[in-house]
Amino acid sequence: MFLARIELLPANESAKTVALFATCLVDLFQPEVGFAAVRLLEAAGFDVRVPDQGCCGQPNFNGGDQDGARQIAAGLIRQFAGYDYVVAPSGSCAAMVRCHYPVLFADDQELERSAVELAQKTWELTSFLVDVAGYDIGSAALDASVTYHDSCSGLRELGIREQPRQLLSSVAGIELREMEQPDACCGFGGLFCVKYPDVADRIGSVKTDSICAVGADYVAAGDVGCLMQIEGKLHRLGEKKIKVVHVAEILAKALLNVSRKDSPGSVDADD
Amino acid sequence: MQTTSKHFRAQAREALANETLQASLEGVRRVMPEIRAAAADRCDDFAALCTQAKDVRQHSIDHLDQLLATFEQQVVAAGGQVHWARTGEEATQIIADLCASVDCRSIIKSKSMVSEEIELNSALESAGYEVTETDLGEYIIQLRGEKPSHILAPSLHVSLAEVGEAFNAKHGIERDAPPTDAGEMLLEARAVLREKFLSADVGITGANFLVAETGGVVVVTNEGNADLSMSLPDTHIVVTGIEKVVRSLVDTGVLLRVLARSAIGERLSNYTTFVHGPRQEGEISGPRGFHVVLVDNGRSQLLGTGFRDMLRCIRCSACLNHCPVYTAVGGHAYGSVYSGPMGAILTPAFAGLPGTVHLPGASTLCGRCESICPVGIPLVKLLRRWREASHAQSLPTAGERFGLACWRLVNRWPLVYRLVTKFGVILVRSLSVPGTGQQRWLKRLPSFTALWTQHRDIPAPAGNSFQAQWRRHRAGRKS
Repeated sequence: MFLARIELLPANESAKTVALFATCLVDLFQPEVGFAAVRLLEAAGFDVRVPDQGCCGQPNFNGGDQDGARQIAAGLIRQFAGYDYVVAPSGSCAAMVRCHYPVLFADDQELERSAVELAQKTWELTSFLVDVAGYDIGSAALDASVTYHDSCSGLRELGIREQPRQLLSSVAGIELREMEQPDACCGFGGLFCVKYPDVADRIGSVKTDSICAVGADYVAAGDVGCLMQIEGKLHRLGEKKIKVVHVAEILAKALLNVSRKDSPGSVDADD
Repeated sequence: MQTTSKHFRAQAREALANETLQASLEGVRRVMPEIRAAAADRCDDFAALCTQAKDVRQHSIDHLDQLLATFEQQVVAAGGQVHWARTGEEATQIIADLCASVDCRSIIKSKSMVSEEIELNSALESAGYEVTETDLGEYIIQLRGEKPSHILAPSLHVSLAEVGEAFNAKHGIERDAPPTDAGEMLLEARAVLREKFLSADVGITGANFLVAETGGVVVVTNEGNADLSMSLPDTHIVVTGIEKVVRSLVDTGVLLRVLARSAIGERLSNYTTFVHGPRQEGEISGPRGFHVVLVDNGRSQLLGTGFRDMLRCIRCSACLNHCPVYTAVGGHAYGSVYSGPMGAILTPAFAGLPGTVHLPGASTLCGRCESICPVGIPLVKLLRRWREASHAQSLPTAGERFGLACWRLVNRWPLVYRLVTKFGVILVRSLSVPGTGQQRWLKRLPSFTALWTQHRDIPAPAGNSFQAQWRRHRAGRKS
């Protein structure tokens, strides 16, 4: 939306390389999240590359198709070799690479080694910015209240709880408001919401109820899967006041407010 | 084990439409995680205690044969008897035979999930015995002819008014209208059950733990009904699973400390009873006959499999209370007496995967259960393992298998992904309608996909993928 047309910073060729693993949901459904992630990573001083890529194989892995997951993983391991870091704007896709790739290849030592190597340098975006890059968002500003939904895989497989909150609350003007049980699942669950839409809807309703009760301007999360589930339910309910955004988008938007002051006219935001 | 798990979808729909059930589930959802977390916080290093509990249970599973043999020796030394049942049918037969041997007419029971698993009540009733459940929740569902909908709170799905109606229908008390006051109903149940306690010949209880070193049986309740069930009748029969055995009293203490905190957010349950054998010389009360029926019913077969960790389960029910799926649909939707995450793993093990394939499928794999399991069972991994087994046996629908096969092919090569998704996006966007800004929405999908948009809209994919936009952007940056 507001980011697709942002002028990105000039590529910093001497910096460490980050390969952005955009993830298929960002690639196909929310390209602006990819650009927001690039914007943040470049602001943190990295040289961002985007290798040709597809899905991490999670649908197959969680659907019981281990062979399929292995085949997809083997491809992704090749595509992302040779960078200093791999960063994904998704807890569940980063967790797939970090936690599950290494155990997929027990029968193939060479691939196992590459999988472990990739796993060790793969990070979810907010944890990379905070834990690896020590990124300070500086004078970024945004006057808004935000409630943050903890995406399950990021929270429980990668321990991401404080990082996004830390980034959000260091933006001048952002007021973080906690919803009831922010760590409760939104009901997306990948194939689950396709196979059991009724149950997924009820779980989603519980989540959107707690989001609406907070009454924040934005609900943010770190996974596009959750965002689609939440946004889809709010849209059907006709709830227009609460904007559903990836945490990267809101941070990049706050950065934008700074660059707007620094060099007026360099951005073209449309929100 | 009989299940109706293959009807999960229909049962879940029914549950979602059941307002009484939904009100109860909302209570579970809101209250239980909070009180468990508060109890964990009040405890000195609850995480360390859970690690200890996990080690205790792991020791049990690793030394099951030795511990069970020791337990049997100790029970026999105390004057009791141990009976081994390979299957549920064998167990119910043993218990029916024991009842026959003491000329039993009426039986009282305290709550036991193993007895639900082996369908003990119906077996005993068809053998001509009167069986009365004495846990209030179990008693209510017995009157209503139902199965438990929660392993700890079996009548969770029943409203107070429905309890009144059940009491009115079954208690034979003349009155104008069914009782509506909870306190009044409680006293009524107590009066009815007190008669049953006093006249029963056999009392059947479950066991939370079996203590190998002492031959002790540990029973935890909130109502004290198990204590009456095991001490008033002349014969006490314990029915439980072989995996419940624990090395020592000290180890049992560790488990008791995590059990009530995980289950109900309390340090201990109201009643925790250690019973060792029948009435001894010189004692003036207690049963003369003491029998422990150890049920395998598929448990030992799990030992050699990837599901071995599940045998650590202490049936605390925390995984149900924290599960988004359980708290959306309740226990009956699972079609098995074991529900929630633990049920979705145990039921396929006990009843076979073909009829129960929905249970491991109907999970978001959110992992909240695993994060609060007091004995560290890797529930997500085990759910996924059942999905692997079901995929290997081609049990998912042809559509699902075809979808995964396509996704695998598409994602092996980025170029194929790029081409296929490009056309896929064009196709999907043709079904979408405009929204605000550039966002388009899928609001009514056709045919079998209609269900996806029944309750919610789906954001349509973007016209140009991130990678396509990035390539253009890169080209622009270089020039």
